[in-house]
Amino acid sequence: MISIKEYIAPKSIEEAYNLLVSNKGCTLIGGGAFLRMGAKSISLAIDLSKAGLSYVEEKEETFEIGAMTTFGDIERHKGLNKVFNNLLARSVGDIVGVQLRNLVTVGGTVYSRYGFSDPITALLVLETDVKLYKQGIIPLRDFLIKGSKERDILEAIIIKKTGRIASFQSMRNSKGDYAILNLALSMKDGSYSIAVGARPNRGILATKTMDFLKGKELSKEVLTEATDIIAEEIIFGSNTRGSEAYRRQICKVLLKRALEEVKGYDNKSED
Amino acid sequence: MTIKVKINGVTKSFEIQPDDFLIDVLRSNGYLAVKQGCDTGTCGVCTIHLDGKAVLSCVVLAAKADGCEITTIEGVQSEAERIGNYLISEGVDQCGYCSSGTIMSILYLERCIKEPTDEEILHYLNGNLCRCTGYSGQLRAIKRYMEAKKNERG
Amino acid sequence: MKEVKSSINKKDGMALIKGRPVYTDDLAPKDALIVKVLRSPHAFARIKKINTSIAEKVPGVECIFTHENIIRKPFTRAGQCYPELSPYDKFLLDEYVRHVGDDVAIVAAVNEKTANKAMRLIKVEYEILEPVLDYEKAEECGILVHPEKDIFSKLDVGFDRERNTVCKVDLSLGNLEKALEESDIVLRRTFKTQAQAQGMMETQRTYTYLDEYDRLVVVTSTQIPFHVRRILANALDFPTNKIRVIKPRIGGGFGSKQTAHSEFYPALVTLKTGKPAKIVYSRKEVFRGTTSRHQMRFHITVGATKDGRIKAIEIDGISDTGAYGEHAQTTFSAAGKKVLTLYNKVEACKFSGKAVYTNHVPGGALRGFGVTQGTFALESTINELAKELNMDPVEIREMNMIKKGETTPLYNMITKGAGPEPIPMDSCMLEYCVKRGKELINWDSKYPSERISSTKVRGVGMAIAQQGSGLPNIDMASATLKLNDDGFFTLLTGATDIGTGSDTILAQIAAETLGVETETINVYASDTDVTPFDSGAYASSTTYTTGNAVIKAAENMKAEIIQLSAEYFKTQEENIQFDGKNITRIDNGESISLKDFSQKITYNILHQQLITTGSFVPKKAAPPYMAGFAEVEVDLETGKVNLIDFIGVVDCGTPINPMLAKIQAEGGIVQGIGMALFEEVKYSEAGRLMTDTFMEYKLPTRRDIGNIHVELAEGYDETGPYGAKSIGEVVINTVSPAITDAIYNACGVRIRELPATPEKVFLNLQKNPSINDKE
Repeated sequence: MISIKEYIAPKSIEEAYNLLVSNKGCTLIGGGAFLRMGAKSISLAIDLSKAGLSYVEEKEETFEIGAMTTFGDIERHKGLNKVFNNLLARSVGDIVGVQLRNLVTVGGTVYSRYGFSDPITALLVLETDVKLYKQGIIPLRDFLIKGSKERDILEAIIIKKTGRIASFQSMRNSKGDYAILNLALSMKDGSYSIAVGARPNRGILATKTMDFLKGKELSKEVLTEATDIIAEEIIFGSNTRGSEAYRRQICKVLLKRALEEVKGYDNKSED
Repeated sequence: MTIKVKINGVTKSFEIQPDDFLIDVLRSNGYLAVKQGCDTGTCGVCTIHLDGKAVLSCVVLAAKADGCEITTIEGVQSEAERIGNYLISEGVDQCGYCSSGTIMSILYLERCIKEPTDEEILHYLNGNLCRCTGYSGQLRAIKRYMEAKKNERG
Repeated sequence: MKEVKSSINKKDGMALIKGRPVYTDDLAPKDALIVKVLRSPHAFARIKKINTSIAEKVPGVECIFTHENIIRKPFTRAGQCYPELSPYDKFLLDEYVRHVGDDVAIVAAVNEKTANKAMRLIKVEYEILEPVLDYEKAEECGILVHPEKDIFSKLDVGFDRERNTVCKVDLSLGNLEKALEESDIVLRRTFKTQAQAQGMMETQRTYTYLDEYDRLVVVTSTQIPFHVRRILANALDFPTNKIRVIKPRIGGGFGSKQTAHSEFYPALVTLKTGKPAKIVYSRKEVFRGTTSRHQMRFHITVGATKDGRIKAIEIDGISDTGAYGEHAQTTFSAAGKKVLTLYNKVEACKFSGKAVYTNHVPGGALRGFGVTQGTFALESTINELAKELNMDPVEIREMNMIKKGETTPLYNMITKGAGPEPIPMDSCMLEYCVKRGKELINWDSKYPSERISSTKVRGVGMAIAQQGSGLPNIDMASATLKLNDDGFFTLLTGATDIGTGSDTILAQIAAETLGVETETINVYASDTDVTPFDSGAYASSTTYTTGNAVIKAAENMKAEIIQLSAEYFKTQEENIQFDGKNITRIDNGESISLKDFSQKITYNILHQQLITTGSFVPKKAAPPYMAGFAEVEVDLETGKVNLIDFIGVVDCGTPINPMLAKIQAEGGIVQGIGMALFEEVKYSEAGRLMTDTFMEYKLPTRRDIGNIHVELAEGYDETGPYGAKSIGEVVINTVSPAITDAIYNACGVRIRELPATPEKVFLNLQKNPSINDKE
């Protein structure tokens, strides 16, 4: 059972930040969808839902997605649906149900760096930055490894409109369950970006596989070799959803499918 | 603390604790159609609309609803009856415990997509578990309902 | 037939759909004390010290119970007729906790937060004991789950506390050794079925209060109100006549509420404080503190001739009943009794084995009740036998399964009170079910498999099953009809509608017998003070058993109406005709409507309240049968199985309400899909329960199930109400063996331990790579 002594929903991010740095025992609340399962004692809850962070802004070169934007908003956003072969919607579409996706926020997920996350894996293969209120803009890839250096608020994520073609693949048994493994891949001009998540640990990039694939024609042999490399380089673990060995095998399959999918898109665009 | 909400079209103030969840505040204030099922946001029986979006009231802090519009099935009785007729005539009313959540999801689906495909119906209702009906009859009923609405629009 | 065999809408449907407050928690008094149960984090431990003094001082705490201040008297929570076949092995609270979630202390406070706070402040010092986690070794492991000597079994079921044995079952027919010896082929296999959660949407919940006569009123989400009254009286040492149990609308049961759970705690609190008290189980409490399907293991031996005649079946099983023996004997024996009878042409068969204690969450009732487990083992073996003999699985069924008019002496052995006379299964439509299912799935063109792409193969599989319709000479039901002063009836029944629509179905039966419309029958059910006895909603009994009691009550009512109207018309009974609407004096055509008649006898003349009762206990086995056919698609690269189609053809005799019967079948099939592919109660190696939320324990969603197609066979059982048999449970039994055989036919992987998860299928595919060359 969680307990919260005091609750504030600041009207702006400045106000939220000031509260955050001046109160030791406080906790930021994003979507809050996973709060109930915990047993936290929170002296001050700072709820970001009224701080104006729920938006998707399409700019010339980027999409800026406010931290409080829900998975549901992303899934239904016409502009986002049009880019990266609808990668983002595909990466959230299998998460439990519409009603949960209408609560879970991008910011909460990225900030918490959940291992089971599907969209983090997708965001990893795009040129994604994290906009922190105090520390400014840092690449998602760095943020995922290091987290936040100091108490800060994730304000938005920024995705560059790079025109990459992309694929999201996940393996799950029941279609309302967390993934046993997920994999995202994007490609532009023969350069690949590949991330694997729900290993069950946090999503990471498959850099060796990316290096190997760079500029290569996707022959059957190349594909096979790439799947061997990714199975070798990624560290997998076991939990109730799957064993390490199974995840390793599935990773190969997901990579193959992702490569085949983007190859298909690529061929189409060349036609 | 006090929250002010517009619930089923009526503005109301509720005295709450910061760690109250919305479902408990709703139920203790007489909105008993909102049911408790799983406590983890996974079963869908507590589905309500918060500012027009379907959400799970069991995992939303009540404090978050301050200033929001809430709709429970008590606020959409005639729509519920209309959909209910289709569900009942397929025999999928059954234990009924999941039905208020399911209907709130059907209404939300309708708001998002006027003429949903089967796949879209399943996608929008995937978060509503039902252990009695086996789902198939619900799909038959929802399709008939959507078809009737479509014909009305002409 | 006008009212029965008619798809009438469920009487309470619209109220439920529109969210009317009709479930237990909706009705509880607002000022009820909130009751919480402190539960064990350990699989097995002894409470060395428990200190509640700080918790008691929290303002708003009303009372706290621990094993030190509560009566100690063994009882069983299992909802069964008395004397129960389950051991008296549970105490309200005990010094020992025997599973994660076992009850340690009970707290009552003015609100939930105070109760939670007090719970956190109870100091418990545990001596952690080594738990028994491997049920196959429970008898020899040297650790006793129940070290206390004061537990016992009321009946001789082979209970042996000192070996963790809850019961032993041994059932045999013919000379097994000889039959096996004379078989051309003998197949020996081992199968395991997992613990499955009932997964009803409404968790267990109860509120209690003292009425104006200081009687304890228990309003509870239960399948067994009358058993709850008896169990509570025994456990609380409180007179039965001072307890009233009421069941409001229920959000699903599936067996979960055939064991008393949430009733004890608020009852204790109300008796102690005199105040209303309420408990609502969290989902976590359901997983940790109630029951699930008994996991079982079966060694099975089948002998057959080379042309496919099955000569011998031997099943040796073991069942994990967890920390308490609720329903252990009955589920385990059902796994033999209601499974072996499918193959009546064998020369010999045997079912033996035992149920044992472990430190798992207890086993309990769940739709199918052991038969599901046994059917998976036997039907899977028959499918393997067909493969070994190079026969079509349908053909081997047609050759060996029980058919209309046939029987087996096993039915005499397993039916309580049956004499030596053969009991023919005159209503058995199994042959039709198989034939029709085969057509519907297009078996001949699809069997065994079809390659869809380089990575996807489809396969088909099938299985047959039966269940019971009530428990002959054990479970009884009764019904009372009252004629009201405006010509309508009240049907009082102890039967427990848990969402199935049985209130409506019983009203249809009453209406049919009386010749009136179902609308004119009001149903009031499940209130131990008011309604006549009914054993409850379990054992597939309500339509069959209570339905028969309703017919008797209605026939008695008709007789009373005729008798009183003869008096009214001052003539003989033979001279009276009652058609449901009007009462007519035949000789002179004089007539009075039922409405006027009921008004007259209430207000003007004769002044009589007509009220009649009927009671019924089944005398004969009236099993429903089913054939299930599955088509799956296996992803050869990942092992993921997608169900494409499931065809169920069900022989439930006359469907009283075909629409509701069909939904029973569709729902049962999907619950079976869950068992076959997704659901499993899992523990860590140290015995920690890993699956205690719906995040971790996955019920199938509507995107997981494929197309379900159900047809009802046109059957008629002479002993059933208007020919009806049961349907609620039989529908889950064929799903797992049909799906796993479809998987085999698709990709050559035999799943002998449920569920068939992608990983299991994948690992087996790795061992058997030939499928990939099949293209």
